[in-house]
Amino acid sequence: MKLMWFHLMPYTELPDDFRDNHPSVWVDIHSSLFDPKRAHHMYNDFMDELEFAADWGFDAICVNEHHSNGYGLMPSPNLIASALARRTTDTALCVMGNSIALYNPPTRVAEEFAMLDCISGGRLIAGFPVGSPMDTCFAFGQNPSMLRQRYMEAHDLIVKAWTEPDTFAFNGRFNQQRYVNVWPRPIQQPHPPIWVPGGGSVETWQWCAEMDYVYCYLSYYGYKAGMQTMMGFWEEMKRIGKDRNPYRAGFLQFVGVAETEKEAYDLYREPAEYFYGRCLHVDPRFATPPGYTTEATQRAGIEGQIGRVAREQKTNIAVSKSAREYDAILDNGYVITGTPDQVAERLRAIAKEMNVGHLMMLLQFGNMSKQLTQYNTRLFAEKVMPQLRDLFDDEWEDHWWPNPMADEDRAKVSAPRMQAAE
Amino acid sequence: MDHTEETISAFGLDARVWRKGEGRKIGYFAGFAGLPKWGPMLDALAATNEVVAISLPGFPGGGRGHLQLDSLFEWSLAAHDLFCAAGCRGETLMGASVGGALAAEVAAVWPDSVGKLVLLAPFGLYDDDNPPTDPWAQRGDKVDALMCETEGLYNELIKRPGNADSVEWPIEMTRAREASARYLWPNSATHLEKRLSRIKCDTLVLWGKQDKVQPPEYSETLREGISGMVTTQIIGKAGHMAELDQPDAVAAAVSQFLEG
Repeated sequence: MKLMWFHLMPYTELPDDFRDNHPSVWVDIHSSLFDPKRAHHMYNDFMDELEFAADWGFDAICVNEHHSNGYGLMPSPNLIASALARRTTDTALCVMGNSIALYNPPTRVAEEFAMLDCISGGRLIAGFPVGSPMDTCFAFGQNPSMLRQRYMEAHDLIVKAWTEPDTFAFNGRFNQQRYVNVWPRPIQQPHPPIWVPGGGSVETWQWCAEMDYVYCYLSYYGYKAGMQTMMGFWEEMKRIGKDRNPYRAGFLQFVGVAETEKEAYDLYREPAEYFYGRCLHVDPRFATPPGYTTEATQRAGIEGQIGRVAREQKTNIAVSKSAREYDAILDNGYVITGTPDQVAERLRAIAKEMNVGHLMMLLQFGNMSKQLTQYNTRLFAEKVMPQLRDLFDDEWEDHWWPNPMADEDRAKVSAPRMQAAE
Repeated sequence: MDHTEETISAFGLDARVWRKGEGRKIGYFAGFAGLPKWGPMLDALAATNEVVAISLPGFPGGGRGHLQLDSLFEWSLAAHDLFCAAGCRGETLMGASVGGALAAEVAAVWPDSVGKLVLLAPFGLYDDDNPPTDPWAQRGDKVDALMCETEGLYNELIKRPGNADSVEWPIEMTRAREASARYLWPNSATHLEKRLSRIKCDTLVLWGKQDKVQPPEYSETLREGISGMVTTQIIGKAGHMAELDQPDAVAAAVSQFLEG
């Protein structure tokens, strides 16, 4: 299986009273809480951590896009990915992704992703999220009633820009370009693998299957909450005649590893409570702009309440999504902590039960220090990774993984490298 | 006597039309949430006028046509053509709140189609120093107090009747908010001020004194910008949806304006 190292780049110095005295971590978080000189150190620490993970053999390092967000300091993940492309060699670069409906024209995404693919020698995974309501509709003012229509059109334009050899005119409903001609072109042909993060709607599952894209369930609420979604995904794949190749799917999980169970429990308390207490403190008025959720999904949500209860009883899983205290965070499975063997055993069981071949792990979360992040990362790489590597590989091939240039054909990057293992 | 119901078609859209009363014809574009139910302001207005309540696309009775409309221009075309298809060409056009934004556009772009204009706290303007409240970024339990001065009136408007489908009703209410967002997102503004001078007809501007959504001071911008004669009336003890807070006062003001 593929083990991927994901960074959200949270601002690590939100005040202790953040939850009580500030309405939201997202959209209207106050600028007075942001110290650019402290952010200088945070960005450099975060990029060190991503490079560290690459050096320790993670299959991919992952970045993503958020706007006006106190737990996600990457309005432009492409900037980070560009720097990482120069300072890593073998690791895939998963940009998860660009909210393609926000770009005007979306050709910009085709260009920048092609640049990243070229710089990295063909290591790019191109994530195409619709984007959260907070990012897209509120922070960026995108019309919620048109967002999904724009998303689909942006997708069509980008893919055509990558694959059409000749200059073409695009006369879309929302985007018109008389001359589309992307320079540079991506190394990976016909284009970099496209992965789609989604929230569990049947339409997204079906679309991913139809387009042969990877579906990723990127929840902050862990495997217990995610189990039902992934079960639904596989039921739908079966219904529409797709195989159970686990590499069709990706899943996000917070993880904290230590030498002893007690140490793990103690080490990850503060960053976990910081993340779930402060970073997820989002004003609910930004959660549901009208039109963002399709009517089919609204209908399924209303009709599915009875069904959900039944599924929870069937699977014996009923997960709260509001836990902020550490024990509840652990009990609900938001964060998995333990010794390397304990974590490996749980992740192996989860990956098998969910049938997920791309496991994206948040080994930095909340206000976790660089030192602890690197400890967590190294321990995972040394002692957990070897226990998970073989999973699925005897049975399934990952058709959705980057196909980079051969080592001998790639540029020799001359930039000085940071010492990986300090 | 109850209102009648019919379906009209224009601009490739179907729309529900409710009619009641006799006398001067008033085409009506409803406000935030549209018209999920007939209301007392319409009854009061119908006592001396013929009320023609036209459902706009996406609002209750307006189907899902909003998904075909991508610009204010297309929304204005749809509103104008539905107004005419309802037999109101040359008659009075009244628009409230989000419906008021379109009523103003119709009067500005097709001045010959509108006999008189009534605007009740219309969307469309934006003052940096006194901006409108964002009606779409609200917790569900806060909207009632935002829309009306009297507690419970807005909630009563959107409350599911006993015979309505429990799944489809809340979706329809969300669709109405989506429809308004489709042409007014994100700032409630259409730069209406650029076209106000094209409104040549006599215009009544009504505003709830306690409007917490659209500042009542915007009525002055309308008065200064509209070329036709403008009568302004501020309705006391009324919020943004003054037609819910003070239905009789609103109807009386309109009837008096039409008689003048």
